[in-house]
Amino acid sequence: MGILDVRNCTKRFGGLIAVKALDMCLNQGDLYGLIGPNGAGKTTVFNLITGVYKTDEGSIELDGRTIHRSKPSSIASLGISRTFQNIRLFRSMTVLENVKVARHMRKKQGIVDAIVHTRHLKSEEDEIERDAMQLLKIFNLDARADELAFNLPYGSQRRLEIARALATAPKVLLLDEPAAGMNPQESLELMRLIRSIRDEFHITILLVEHNMKVVMGVCEKIQVIDYGETIALGTPREIQGNPKVIEAYLGGA
Amino acid sequence: MKKWVFWLVALAALAAMESSLRGLIGAYNYQIVILVGINIILAVSLNLINGYTGQFSIGHAGFYAVGAYTSASLVFYGGPAIRGATAFLPQIAQNAVLLLAGIFAAAIAAGIAGWAVGIPSLRLRGDYLAIVTLGFGEIIRVLILNIDAIGGSRGFSGIPQLSNFFWVYLVVLITVVTVHNLVNSSYGRAFISIRDDEIAAEAMGVDTTRYKVMSFVISSMFAGIAGSLFGHYTMYLHPNSFLFTTSFYLIIMIVIGGLGSIEGAILGAVLVTVLLEVFREFGAFRLVNFSILLVLIMIYRPQGLLGAWTLFRPRKAAPAAK
Ligand SMILES: Nc1ncnc2c1ncn2[C@@H]1O[C@H](COP(=O)(O)OP(=O)(O)O)[C@@H](O)[C@H]1O
Ligand SMILES: [Mg+2]
Repeated sequence: MGILDVRNCTKRFGGLIAVKALDMCLNQGDLYGLIGPNGAGKTTVFNLITGVYKTDEGSIELDGRTIHRSKPSSIASLGISRTFQNIRLFRSMTVLENVKVARHMRKKQGIVDAIVHTRHLKSEEDEIERDAMQLLKIFNLDARADELAFNLPYGSQRRLEIARALATAPKVLLLDEPAAGMNPQESLELMRLIRSIRDEFHITILLVEHNMKVVMGVCEKIQVIDYGETIALGTPREIQGNPKVIEAYLGGA
Repeated sequence: MKKWVFWLVALAALAAMESSLRGLIGAYNYQIVILVGINIILAVSLNLINGYTGQFSIGHAGFYAVGAYTSASLVFYGGPAIRGATAFLPQIAQNAVLLLAGIFAAAIAAGIAGWAVGIPSLRLRGDYLAIVTLGFGEIIRVLILNIDAIGGSRGFSGIPQLSNFFWVYLVVLITVVTVHNLVNSSYGRAFISIRDDEIAAEAMGVDTTRYKVMSFVISSMFAGIAGSLFGHYTMYLHPNSFLFTTSFYLIIMIVIGGLGSIEGAILGAVLVTVLLEVFREFGAFRLVNFSILLVLIMIYRPQGLLGAWTLFRPRKAAPAAK
């Protein structure tokens, strides 16, 4: 049993089976790649794990705890955080505030504290700000902390989403095509960053990409899906030579 | 400035103004100033739901009514008993106790109403939520029309006058400070995150249903308090004071000033209240004029007159008015 256990999960949209009897098991500290052509069902898997969609069949467990019936915010507080393929930053907030929102969950403020603005609240706010700034520094975003997140260049917005996700102090971090829209140089740097995050924060990372090259360089274990079904599972080397994978990618392209 | 110094100075200033204001500006203007204050409380609190949390409620008059009638009933029927129990106090302190009891009851009753409306309806979005809140406002009004003990369609008269400039503007201050502190805490960030992107908010651990209900309850409580202050100033309540148009004017106030800005809501409340008075002779036509004004503002200045401009904390730019 791993830290994140997806068992026999199926998700249908009307007649379309987006995810079909999928099994996936991540162990603590994994940097796990989930790849597949466009429309294979990768984002749907993320939405199932994070509770945005409910599974039609199957179960999902985090650290032995059933989560597939919980709402997204509960799943987040249990320790799963994510980024979005289509960036979903809080558009009227600054870079710093985006991270603070996520930090909030780990530091519960009392409503009376908030209304009266007690000293206790102030020290907690300072702490939240310190934590948030520290995260921004890691992602090289601290210089733009007070800018509107919306005004950042695309690549920075993607990095900010990762920083925001990390602010919830997750056990498992799900990254949905974090390198999308980046040039090869930026992608390479991002992959290095992702690996160092895994090591430094001692978390487990599930990385979705449809670009195989990006994943091959960074993930230790890779699962390939097509039409919602697993077609291969193994190390990058094993995956690269797998005829089914080559077929899926060539056929899909 | 130390907090207690601020409040002490504020209390002294309000008391001084209360004793001289009516003489300075006359009874008619004094009454408008009171109305402005009550509308500031209503607009600033409604802004919590419509501006910060990004939900669309058009039933604020309903909570206002619940507060007004609850407080008036308590003081009307329970007043003698409360006065009896506080007979050892001077008259002015007795009045204060009565008003505070009324305000407290109003806040609780309106808060419960907010919760009861919020729980089922906040699962709805946009237009549907608007319709439910509108329906709630109408239901409250029709209920009041049919309860004889609070005057029904005749109106509720004989309510003791307990509120005045001092109390109204004390509550204005409390409302503004409360909402300002709240929206600048983690609660405020949670509210705004819901407005900006509900799915992302949930993914970051914000229990969106809980925060939506919370903004509804807090907002309703202040509306209830405004109702209490209103009834104990005018000494008479009628269901017609709580028509849909009242909710509509409140929406206009916060849209004119800029959704999600406290100063905007204050400016909107002042402008609309004064304009309504100035054009009183036009009667129902005022609604038409305000509708035109609203449309013009939405076309030429969708972020409101002030946008997200705020006095207390510099923000880099205006959020899109949702
Ligand atoms: N909310 C939805 N409603 C209907 N169909 C959907 C929905 N979400 C995804 N799908 C469909 O499910 C399939 C898998 O989509 P997705 O998980 O986004 O793929 P990927 O992320 O691998 O590109 C696609 O055919 C897509 O059109
Ligand atoms: Mg996808």
